[in-house]
Amino acid sequence: MARFGMVIDTAKCVGCMDCVVACKTENGVPEGFNRDWITQDVAGKYPTLHMEIRSERCNQCENPPCVYCCPTGASHVHDFGGVVLVEHGMCIGCKACLASCPYDARFIHPDGYADKCTFCIHRVEKGLDPACVSVCPTHCMTFGDLEDPNSTVSRLLTSRKYHTLIPETGTKPHVYYLV
Amino acid sequence: MHELTTTRHNELVDPLLHIWGWEIPVYLFIGGLVAGIMIISGYFTLKHQFKKNVFSSFYLPHISLILLSLGMFSLFLDLEHKLYVWRLYTTFKVASPMSWGAWILVLVYPALWLNTLIRIPDRFKGIIPIFDRLSTRINEHPFLIKNIGVLNMLLGTLLGMYTGVLLSSIGARPLWNSAMLWMLFLVSGLSSAAAFVHLIAKDKYERQLLAKADNAFLTLEIFVIGGFISGLLTSTSVHIEAARLLLDGPFAAAFWVFVIALGIVIPLFLQLLAVNEKVRHTPIPPLLVLSGGLILRFVIVYAGQYSHYMHQVFGR
Repeated sequence: MARFGMVIDTAKCVGCMDCVVACKTENGVPEGFNRDWITQDVAGKYPTLHMEIRSERCNQCENPPCVYCCPTGASHVHDFGGVVLVEHGMCIGCKACLASCPYDARFIHPDGYADKCTFCIHRVEKGLDPACVSVCPTHCMTFGDLEDPNSTVSRLLTSRKYHTLIPETGTKPHVYYLV
Repeated sequence: MHELTTTRHNELVDPLLHIWGWEIPVYLFIGGLVAGIMIISGYFTLKHQFKKNVFSSFYLPHISLILLSLGMFSLFLDLEHKLYVWRLYTTFKVASPMSWGAWILVLVYPALWLNTLIRIPDRFKGIIPIFDRLSTRINEHPFLIKNIGVLNMLLGTLLGMYTGVLLSSIGARPLWNSAMLWMLFLVSGLSSAAAFVHLIAKDKYERQLLAKADNAFLTLEIFVIGGFISGLLTSTSVHIEAARLLLDGPFAAAFWVFVIALGIVIPLFLQLLAVNEKVRHTPIPPLLVLSGGLILRFVIVYAGQYSHYMHQVFGR
């Protein structure tokens, strides 16, 4: 069974926000809201500072607290690729999923339901890459099946050093950042 | 130095999570209060107190029904997709405390209603004949009365626990991620309920008994808060930072002044004097306890949303 994941090369990402614009356009994300965003992370002590630019979104966790806490089953794991999705017609807007996401990746859509990145499942089902991946000018983003050892994402994760976000929460995120 | 800059600006999420406003603390407070009332009322039923006084067995459950409905309405106001609220009752999700709560609340209503049927005051008799018949039937079988008392105590305990578990199951918010939270909310609910009965009961015995019980609950609450804070302080860095939100951070003034001093210590001192007949019983201590319980929910809900993993940990 496929398990979709995303690998982002932070050495290539320039924070141009093309991925953000592509996502908003593709998914009709309302003004003032973001399904993906750019984070600039600066750490260290002058003059030995380290900066990482990341394109962030829902981490499509293997152990998704947002799905477990949902009282109606609106938040669910899709059969195709294990992508975490929200069934809008089942969501009551209780916001428990927003509270339970350590990445703050969700928001309340103006129509009242919880919304977030879907890995552009409607495109992936047609064999296309998510919108953000398809427009990246530096090709820093790669999307694919983590269960397939020959996929590009699997090969990148076996050949490069990487990290995930807040791994100590035990959510097992499936967005990986190459360092 | 560690600096995070993000382009995200989602409403209610950035710069700091604030998804739950006044509705949730009010709901949690009322839920805890009703839970405490159910335990107290169930205890009185079990002890056949209804034979002496109808307040605990008839009026108290009725007041609880109204309070619980207000709490549920407050929760309803918080929902962003209000017309879909019925979806809560189309499924049961074992892993979701909110789903448990929704179903527990469905059981709480009939349990409270059954308690009101044990003894219907004379002036309400004959208004709804089926209630009178049910009341007669219950009184013909004393074991039913005992079971209604136990059921109310059991469901009250579950309801009180649930108000804490609802938050403590959310691991992403370090302040809430404590196994002591359900105990804190249950004890606080009991204390608020005891204060509430102390405030409005007319029977001297009930008022004296509940004032004594409230003193015990308030003392216990101090220890539970101590356990809650020390549990966070001996945990990871994010949990320590979360505890400091209450101890010396932005919520310290509300926590120390309104929750600890005015909500627990001062009313405990005043009520100890009152039960030992050094001073008269006044409405001030129970009113302070009730406000302290409400402010405790506000502080925990607001500070919990403030506490976060991302602010402290560089994820690599």
